[in-house]
Amino acid sequence: MSEVVRKDFTNAPLCLSGRGVAKIFGMGNNKTTAVDYVDFDFHEGEFVSIVGESGSGKTTLSKMLLGLLNPSDGEILFQGKPRDISTGRKRKEYWKGIQAIFQDPFSSFNTFQKIDTVLLDCINMRGGRNLPKEKKIEMMTEACSFVNLKFAELTNKYPFELSGGQMQRLMIARIFLLRPKILLADEPTSMVDACSRATILDMLLNLRDETGMTVIFITHDIGLAYYISDTVYIMEHGKFVEFGKADEVIINPKAEYTKRLISDVPKIHEEWDLSTVDLLNA
Amino acid sequence: MKNTLRQVFHSSKFVVGFCIFAAILLTMIIYPLYNPGSPLEMIGVGTFAKPGTYVSLYDATKAPVETLRLSDADDKRIAASLSQDDRIAMVEWFTIMEIDVSDLDISDTDALLALWREHYDPSVKPKGMTMAKRNYYKRLNNALLELQGADTLIIADTDEETGALVEKSKITKTDYVNVSTVANVKVLPLGTDNFGRDVLKELVSATGTSILIGIIAGTVATLIGLTLGLLAGYVGGFVDDFIMFITNIFTVIPGFVLLILISYSLGQEQRGATVVAVVIGFTSWTWTARSVRSQVISLRNRDHVNLSKLSGHSLVRIVLTDILPYIASYVVMAFILQVSSGILAEAQLSLLGLGPKTTEVPTLGLMMNWAMLYSAHTNGSWWAYFPVILTIALISFSLNLMNTGLDQVFNPTLRD
Amino acid sequence: MGKKMLEVRDLKTKYITRFHEDVYAVDGVSFSIEEGKSLGIAGESGCGKSTLALSMMGYYFPPLHYISGDIIIDGQNISGMNPDDVRKSILGREIAYIPQAAMNALNPTQRIIRFVEDVIRAHDPKADKKEIRELAEARFAELGLPPTVLNRHAVELSGGMKQRTVIAVSTILNPKVLIADEPSSALDVTSQKMVIKMMRELMEKGYIKSMLFITHELPLLYNVTDDIMVMYAGQIVEKGTAKEMVFDPVHPYSHGLMGSILVPEEGTRGHKLTAIPGTPPNLKRPPKGCRFADRCKYATDECRYYTIPEKSFENDRMYRCLKRVDELKEVYSHE
Repeated sequence: MSEVVRKDFTNAPLCLSGRGVAKIFGMGNNKTTAVDYVDFDFHEGEFVSIVGESGSGKTTLSKMLLGLLNPSDGEILFQGKPRDISTGRKRKEYWKGIQAIFQDPFSSFNTFQKIDTVLLDCINMRGGRNLPKEKKIEMMTEACSFVNLKFAELTNKYPFELSGGQMQRLMIARIFLLRPKILLADEPTSMVDACSRATILDMLLNLRDETGMTVIFITHDIGLAYYISDTVYIMEHGKFVEFGKADEVIINPKAEYTKRLISDVPKIHEEWDLSTVDLLNA
Repeated sequence: MKNTLRQVFHSSKFVVGFCIFAAILLTMIIYPLYNPGSPLEMIGVGTFAKPGTYVSLYDATKAPVETLRLSDADDKRIAASLSQDDRIAMVEWFTIMEIDVSDLDISDTDALLALWREHYDPSVKPKGMTMAKRNYYKRLNNALLELQGADTLIIADTDEETGALVEKSKITKTDYVNVSTVANVKVLPLGTDNFGRDVLKELVSATGTSILIGIIAGTVATLIGLTLGLLAGYVGGFVDDFIMFITNIFTVIPGFVLLILISYSLGQEQRGATVVAVVIGFTSWTWTARSVRSQVISLRNRDHVNLSKLSGHSLVRIVLTDILPYIASYVVMAFILQVSSGILAEAQLSLLGLGPKTTEVPTLGLMMNWAMLYSAHTNGSWWAYFPVILTIALISFSLNLMNTGLDQVFNPTLRD
Repeated sequence: MGKKMLEVRDLKTKYITRFHEDVYAVDGVSFSIEEGKSLGIAGESGCGKSTLALSMMGYYFPPLHYISGDIIIDGQNISGMNPDDVRKSILGREIAYIPQAAMNALNPTQRIIRFVEDVIRAHDPKADKKEIRELAEARFAELGLPPTVLNRHAVELSGGMKQRTVIAVSTILNPKVLIADEPSSALDVTSQKMVIKMMRELMEKGYIKSMLFITHELPLLYNVTDDIMVMYAGQIVEKGTAKEMVFDPVHPYSHGLMGSILVPEEGTRGHKLTAIPGTPPNLKRPPKGCRFADRCKYATDECRYYTIPEKSFENDRMYRCLKRVDELKEVYSHE
């Protein structure tokens, strides 16, 4: 049985960091603070998990990191320099460095485009527009075989002809072709089956090892975060209540919220303590 | 695409609607080939000729004659020329003469005539009967005698030199001509209208024009609505507010009133069929815009749009490839309804006399307008308006049926 | 052995698609639950576990159709019953069913007390309003729900509260079997824990006699139910107690499934997860032999050609595989 290798990333160069990043929706009395002035440092090659329950602001944060949403306040630094995505061209350049895999594979693909189009887009984006056709097919085949798919079987098919797990793997193939500095994975396994989940997690780890990219993994499943990540950020009501190495945070949680979260997850080796639940005062 | 079509044609509603509409379109194409010429040609001189087959009398006399001896020919002849009023008058006579008519069937010509021959006496002067009435009975009697009597009809011509009438030929009661040998026979299945025009020919041409008007109006409305809806929904912010402001203004002003005002101010001469169609389209795009907008808003935040953005695609490309295909089925449905309502709007406008100018092409609305102006509905000329109403109903029925069928296929909440 | 509360014998149901194709979603399922016991069904999405729950109510509406088999609740066979009778006398009283999105099924314009009245009056149209309220208040208080919830509308309640309310309302007639299909999957972990605690209290206080719990979350199933069945492609591939199934699975599919469990516990991080390649077979044309053969590492030609029987071993465990238990355990120990 092979072991998953864990490295220490505290001294690795910074890849993406944030200082006082906040997102406030609405105005006046309707104001909701989705992300509450958070700081973070993600290092190169690090596998980071952001764990939070629904409504904790993790998806809003991910949209800001991707540049799909503008922060209300604060600064995001990309490779040590303040991020500038003010024009379309600069955005396009930034997106060569950061890419995403989304939660729902069924809505991540344009149903009307063939799989080839999706993959060719990636080659074009990395400046391969003028490559000969054979070279393009070779690249697509390589990407597909990286995620255990056969390009020959996929070509001329539509995404909806695949299963959820296969679609999510195709998404990883897309990232393989794009080779961004940062991959933001927003709950990529929450809508696929347990068996496909293991495959996808394996592939994400392989991808990280092969390309040295930073993976920011957003999830609500603390067991999953513990298994896969080097560093864990626990998010509650828009704030990071605790962060650190996965082993430290999960095995010896300090924050009350983390403790509660871990105790509320059903386990198999320890007794799941139902007596902590106070039904009446919930 | 193939699968979508398969699904669409699995819906029985759509198929029925489609067949009706296709049949109408086919008639529009094929009928003018069979009956060419201008639909507005006034072939009749009088108004409202009844539906039927018209045979040229002049040509009939020239046609080769066959002699047929039909035993009931006389009776039929008499039956055809004895009007209902005459029959009632005859019965009146019998009552005056105090003859028991309780067993008499007024439509039984034989019995009526037998009784008449037995009891009519021109010399009797019933009490209280006017002179005119008595003369009417005499004329009626003579006519009946003549019908039974004279066997031949003489066709005469004036002699060029003497000016006297010269017998040219004789037509006996037993002379028959084969209709196919008559040079001029005209079938008018729906008769003629007030101007003496062939109603069926006019109707087929009008259906074509009306559908064209509907399609132009639908296209204009859908294009405007789609463009504004896509822009408002996808771009959002100020653009959205501005477009929705305009849309709301158009929504609160009743569309039909606007339509009437625009049509009126354009004036009769400016209103060709196309202009009317465009005007109809301009006043009916609002709800397409609103619903496209709401659909785009729900699509805008879908992951595949985000992914397309991350791939660096431009706004136009995202709208065209990532949003438009998703609402295409909806837009098609909206278009079908717009076509249907465009046809109805034209009919309404024309009925008010604000439709396309009347000299170029007939439309369904114009035909109704003419029928109404020449009081076809009061003088019993049903053929001038009823087929038009039926056609309008059939067209909108088939279009709405297609729309419902599509709705069943594309709307997940209606799927069974 | 306790009294059998629910027994299912060779149940077969199918879906008929828009294009008139049959999909055999539940294909020969047999099991039973004794009084006071709970049974869990695990499996991937599309394996037929939700269809099984739906089929068990004896109340079929298109596209789901009954083919054959018996459903016996406390000695009463409901599979041949008239749907109207099933609705009147079985649903709610003998069986309570909580579907996946139950909490979103509450009519937002009605107060919660109305749902209680509806459930009780469906079986006793003359029930007194005051008595219903007293019963509901007592039951809610016992299950840790504030009785004031009865006067609220569904929209005023949080997700966890709504789900607990749905469970409390649907078990108000003390059904013999509670079928819960992913009752806590849409909730956060804290609310999930409350829902589970409440279901356990229902069992302990005897308001429900037995429970069938369906979820794809194995650690949850392990903590909630006494026994676990693993379903694959419309059939049950293995059955055993929760502990046996999680720590000592026999069938290659359950083995893979259990190998993919993720929990935040020390020592669970080092090993690699088991991944099962491939996709489940198309149930329009189920394979002749073992349905898992195409994805199974250990499959031989024989597996593809023989219909695989259910085999029992040890104390009441069951699995569906051609290989012997010791053969399989031998293979697993070398991995």
